Amino acid sequence: MDAHALHPATSTGIPNRKLAIWTFIGSECLFFASLISVYLVYKGKSLVGPYPSEIFEIPLVTVGTALLLFSSLFVVLALNGCEQGNRKKFLGWLAMTILCGLFFIGMQVYEFTHFFHEGLTMQKNLFGASFFTLTGFHGTHVTIGVIWLLSIFIEGVRGHVPPAKALNFEIAALYWHFVDVVWIVIFPVVYLMNS
Amino acid sequence: MDSSAQAHEHNFPERAGEYVRIGLILFVLTALEVGSYEIAHRPGVPLHDFMHTGLIPVLIVLSAIKFALVALFYMHLKWDGPLLKGIFSFSLFLATFVIVALLALFIYEGKFSAMIGSLMGATGT
Amino acid sequence: MATSVLDHAGAAGIHPEKTGLWAWITTVDHKKIGILYGASAFIFFLIGGLEALVIRLQLMKPDNNLVSPEFYNQLFTMHGTTMIFLAVMPLSAMFFNFFIPLLIGARDVAFPRLNAFSYWVFLFGGLFLNASFLFNAAPNGGWFGYANLSSKQFSPGLNMDFWAIGLQILGIASLAAGVNFFVTVLNMRAPGMKLIRMPMFVWMSFITQLLVLLSFPVITVALILLMFDRLFGTHFFVPLGGGDTMLWQHLFWVFGHPEVYILILPAFGIISEILPVFSRKPLFGYTAMVFSGCFIAFLGFGVWSHHMFSTGMGPIADSVFSLATMLIAIPTGVKIFNWLGTTWGGSIQMKTPMYFALGFIAMFIMGGLSGVMHSTAPADLQQTDTYFVVAHFHYVLFGGSIFSLTGGAYYWWPKMFGHMLDEGLGKLHFWLMLIGFNLTFFPMHIVGLEGMPRRVYTYPAGLGFESLNRIETYGALILGFSFLVFIFNVIKSTRSKVHAPADPWNGATLEWSIPSPPQEFNFPSIPTVHGRDAFWEEKRAHGGKLPEPARVSGAGIHLPNPSYWPFLAALGVLLLFIALMNHASKLGPVYIFAAVSVLFFSIFNWVFEPAEG
Ligand SMILES: [Cu+2]
Repeated sequence: MDAHALHPATSTGIPNRKLAIWTFIGSECLFFASLISVYLVYKGKSLVGPYPSEIFEIPLVTVGTALLLFSSLFVVLALNGCEQGNRKKFLGWLAMTILCGLFFIGMQVYEFTHFFHEGLTMQKNLFGASFFTLTGFHGTHVTIGVIWLLSIFIEGVRGHVPPAKALNFEIAALYWHFVDVVWIVIFPVVYLMNS
Repeated sequence: MDSSAQAHEHNFPERAGEYVRIGLILFVLTALEVGSYEIAHRPGVPLHDFMHTGLIPVLIVLSAIKFALVALFYMHLKWDGPLLKGIFSFSLFLATFVIVALLALFIYEGKFSAMIGSLMGATGT
Repeated sequence: MATSVLDHAGAAGIHPEKTGLWAWITTVDHKKIGILYGASAFIFFLIGGLEALVIRLQLMKPDNNLVSPEFYNQLFTMHGTTMIFLAVMPLSAMFFNFFIPLLIGARDVAFPRLNAFSYWVFLFGGLFLNASFLFNAAPNGGWFGYANLSSKQFSPGLNMDFWAIGLQILGIASLAAGVNFFVTVLNMRAPGMKLIRMPMFVWMSFITQLLVLLSFPVITVALILLMFDRLFGTHFFVPLGGGDTMLWQHLFWVFGHPEVYILILPAFGIISEILPVFSRKPLFGYTAMVFSGCFIAFLGFGVWSHHMFSTGMGPIADSVFSLATMLIAIPTGVKIFNWLGTTWGGSIQMKTPMYFALGFIAMFIMGGLSGVMHSTAPADLQQTDTYFVVAHFHYVLFGGSIFSLTGGAYYWWPKMFGHMLDEGLGKLHFWLMLIGFNLTFFPMHIVGLEGMPRRVYTYPAGLGFESLNRIETYGALILGFSFLVFIFNVIKSTRSKVHAPADPWNGATLEWSIPSPPQEFNFPSIPTVHGRDAFWEEKRAHGGKLPEPARVSGAGIHLPNPSYWPFLAALGVLLLFIALMNHASKLGPVYIFAAVSVLFFSIFNWVFEPAEG
């Protein structure tokens, strides 16, 4: 009833904004594919060090990976709560998601500063340039995701995200999952296949 | 706020259990990824020889499973119609194609061409 | 239908059409945005045309020094960049905007404010690119910006910064519009407008959006890397630091080849609307047309390296890309035979749009044939970087896209502006354009095969290039003059007091069922569609002709609110890129912070502003 007024019927039955975010995600696939291609094409082509195997801290990144993975679980639980009108479930899990995102960004900031101290910069070699560009753009996506989720959290606290408006949250959650699956690719391809 | 009343009205399925199960699987798969990496880098441990040569395929398979689980369950594609599945799969297909094609062009073209050259030389054409 | 039919004057009181600068800045009406796209793109088209004329005057005689070599580089770079990104793409966008909603029976696009945002970002990007002339630093490295010619070492000035950043801004506009029209076509169709009933222009535009969405991210990445090289000193494309210039070429053409279909598929769509209407016959082979369009788009992603045969990729890559490129001739041939089949046995009416449509077919076939010639790698080695290639892509881009877009303008002008264009002047325009075009570009095949290289500012006397180059320049002047005839025609029609009827051509599609120009809400009630060529079906069901539709009040129809946030958000995008360009200056971080603030502030207000009320 109310939900119908908010989401007028579309030809496919899929709400406009949901179709739009999926279209955007499809487009983003090619964005990250290009960045990953650049990283792989330049793998082993650096003229000077530091080289990946000397510098990566696998345990630290594993923790970051786990955080991002769990945040994906938390955000579906929060969405489930939002759709059910279960405020506690919605806001509680959403807060956990945002915290995980913030910790992931913190991990990345720590990692980047550590690399700077080890002498790896974007200007130093091709590894530095392609690594910082790929993971940096992923980190930017995480940051935008955190801001987006935070604004939904604030709206949720003010009671502005009832089940009828769960779509507002659903599209943010889809974006967040996409950022997570990109990391599911980056983690093995960049960190674990480093030799 | 009668939030619980609305919950019944909209009748959204409770999927928390399923989501948590998927989360556990994802966690185990990640542990397997890191485990494979560690085995490949420690001579002497069991399976080292296999992982040392086979690490890349193992990681590709594991991460592909993780990717598919998140897309199907957390991104709800399992329950969505063919259109959204199609948009995402086609984009992924093209993305993979671009990566593979560029790697082939930059890394393997030289090797293949040399191979064909030597074959042609061997047959005298 | 007797509910709220009022006369024209009575309707004005209820939905007052706002005019004036503020109304245009805040508009979210797809028709107004379409007109904005068209007007801006036509001005950029004239600028690009002027650049071409100066190039032709410089090449009119050997050893000419009308312009310096440096300025010549700027001219051909800006001519290419302008015609592709600021003329043909946005002229297509004009038709997407104005006609996709009308053709599918919708009141607006899926995201009206995002639509306004796309337009403003496009305009700011275009102005930014052209502002480079004010700094005497117009881009000068070719529209393909080959690294490392475009790297800091060989392009130390601001020129290629303007190019890389300008294209980046335009990419944002295209991607936003791509999402918008993709969703619009899928989601906003009127009841009964199944995908397989959509007018061919909608189909081809839809495929175009798919190409935009999947190819622009790649150039975005390439441009980011180039900007990092230029602004932050990375070595992505600097061989001294291990960078590989081939990577630029690959990334550029992974985008670049789909881009040529982005330029031509909307033109295919327009032709497929004009031919049936003036042949009084439904489009021949509709389904084959749809699938050949899909097939062209799909193959278009696997042929990019045919632009790089001369780089020595190796025999396997050469063979694969050569074969894939030849394959594209098949679906393209299917289209041409279907267009011919549409006219076959029809009762053809030779109105101006039909002249352009037929001219398109002839010219495009010639461009297509020379295209197949350089799909063969060994032949391409002879042709690449000569005027033969210039001839080829002008036959497809001018003989193809511009002929079709001009035909589309004559066809849809009465619907857009409510006035007919003059038939006599239109036909004069066509003949001048056809003659001028062929005089300009046909001889380029010959001088190209004789070895005249592209992008060189002059040539010595005695190589046999003189007379053909002189003919080319005369042709270009005729071509330029033909557009003055068009402008005169537009002025004349705007001044005329004669209003166009709703359906001047006995059209097949829904836009002809409503008054010319359409009212703000397009359709008083959303039509129901019963088959392809929906309006022909409706007229047949009513025994031939329908009465002239009246202007109605439109009371109670919800329309999206005007908004200035898309304009401000677009301004934020422009400021952000200008700030990035000046990041090294003393106040660099302050500029970036200010620009990001404008952007975020606008986006937040946009999100929390009620969309309609
Ligand atoms: Cu091409």
